[in-house]
Amino acid sequence: MALSRDEIREGLSDILEEVAGVNPDDVADGKSFTDDLDVDSLAMVEVVVAAEEKFGVKIPDDEVANLKTVGDAVSYIEKG
Amino acid sequence: MTGLGATTPLGGDVASTWEALVAGRSGVHLLEHEWARELPCRIAAELAVEPSEVLPRVRLRRLDRSEQIALVAAQQAWDDAGLSDDLDTERLGVVFGSGIGGALTLLEQDDILEEKGARRVSPFTVPMLMPNGPAAVVGLEFHAKAGVHAPTSACATSAEAISWAADMIRVGRADVVVAGGAEAVIGGLPMAGFSSMKAMSTRNDDPEHASRPWDRDRDGFVMGEGAGALILERREHAEARGARIYAVVAGSGLTSDGFDIVQPQPECEGGGRAMAAAIRQAGIDPKEIGHVNAHATSTPVGDMAEVKGIKREVGDHVVLTATKSMTGHLLGGAGAVESIAAILAIVEGVIPPTINLENPDPALDLDVAANEARKVELNAALNTAFGFGGHNAALLFTKA
Repeated sequence: MALSRDEIREGLSDILEEVAGVNPDDVADGKSFTDDLDVDSLAMVEVVVAAEEKFGVKIPDDEVANLKTVGDAVSYIEKG
Repeated sequence: MTGLGATTPLGGDVASTWEALVAGRSGVHLLEHEWARELPCRIAAELAVEPSEVLPRVRLRRLDRSEQIALVAAQQAWDDAGLSDDLDTERLGVVFGSGIGGALTLLEQDDILEEKGARRVSPFTVPMLMPNGPAAVVGLEFHAKAGVHAPTSACATSAEAISWAADMIRVGRADVVVAGGAEAVIGGLPMAGFSSMKAMSTRNDDPEHASRPWDRDRDGFVMGEGAGALILERREHAEARGARIYAVVAGSGLTSDGFDIVQPQPECEGGGRAMAAAIRQAGIDPKEIGHVNAHATSTPVGDMAEVKGIKREVGDHVVLTATKSMTGHLLGGAGAVESIAAILAIVEGVIPPTINLENPDPALDLDVAANEARKVELNAALNTAFGFGGHNAALLFTKA
C-alpha cells in the first residue's frame, strides 16, 4: 500500500532528525534543505541513502540536485 | 600555559583525573566486549566518561571517537583559560595530534562497504579517519586561523605537539595555541597488532596491576584512551588579560633515534639528547629539575633505558613517576595528559604515585614516588615521551 504524503513527510522528518539534528517541527513542504534546515551536502548524502532504505526507492545522484525542498523529496518518493 | 583540559580513563576532566592520579587509582579493567574474547590482551583503560554524555548526538555521529575527545578536552582547556570570543583568530593556532587516527572508523566503514556496498559508506568517513582530524575539528571549533597542525609521531605525538605549539609562539606566528593529542583505538585490530609485537601485558586475570612501570614483573603496556589539551599563550598576551598562568614551557627538545622502527635505543641516546635540548633551551641547571613524569610504559626494555637517559642528562636527584601505571598508555594522548600531570605537580606540590611498583627492577637506581603520592616543592619538572619510529620528545615546565 502506497504511503500518503503525510506519512512520507513524517518518515523523512525522522531521518532528518537522526542524521542532521533537524527539529521535526521545522519540517514542512516549503522548507529548503540547505537554506532553511541547514542540511549540508554531506548530510544530504546520508539523508538520501537513509530515505532509499526506508522507502524502498532509488534516488540517483543527478536527481538529488533537483530535490531542493522537503516537498520536492516527498513528491519524488511518492512517485516511487 | 593558561588552560588545561582532559578526558581520561580516570575522569572526564582535569580535576577528577588529577584527584584519581594522586589517590593512586587504576583505570584499567577487563574488556567485556565480544570482540575482545579471543585476544591475547583483554584489558584496557577505557574512558571514565563517554563522549556521548558530553556532546550532542548529531555531532557525535560525524566525528571519530578520537575527534570527539579532542573536542571535549580542548573545550575544557579553552573554558579554563577564560579566553574571550573577541580573540584575534588570525593569531590563534592549533597543534593537535593523534598517533593512529580514526582506525576504528576505518574498520567500521570497511565492514559497511563489504556488507552493504559503497553507497552506504558514510560521507563523513574521510574527515573522520584522517589523522589530522582531531586538529581540524579543534581548529574549526575555535575558528583558528594562524595554522592548524597535526604532528604524528606515535606515542610521542602530543608531547611533540606541545613543542611545536611553543615554537609557534616563539617565532611569532601566534599568540595563543591550543595544543594536545587524542587517541581512541581500543578495538580488536589495534590491540591484536600490538599484541603480535609482544608489546602488551597479558595479565588478564589482574587488570589493575597489569601496568607496572619499573616493576620486576612488568610484561608490557596496557592500552588506554584519552585526550589532553593545553592552552599555550604568549606571556604578554596572558598578562595583559590577567590570565592565571599554570606554568611556563621553558624548553623543549625533539630528536630521533635513527636506530630501530620499534626498539628503544638501549642507552636512551636520542631520548637523552631530547632532554638535554630542553634543558639547554630553558637555560637552567638540571639540579633545579625536581621531577620527571617519565614515558615509562611498563615494557621490559624501554622503562630501564629511559632511566639511564634521565640519570645521565638530568641527574640522580630527581623524583620519577609513571602515571601510565594508572591511566594505561594513552598513545597519542599520553604526552599531553602527562604534561598536565607534570604541570599540576609543580602547581600543587604533589607528585602522583607510580602504582604497582612492588618489586622494583634491580637496575632502578633513581627515586620513584612509588605507590604513594609525594609532597615536594617543585620549581621545574620534565615530561618525556618516546614513540615507535624512534621519535623522542622532552618538555621542561617551570613555575609560573
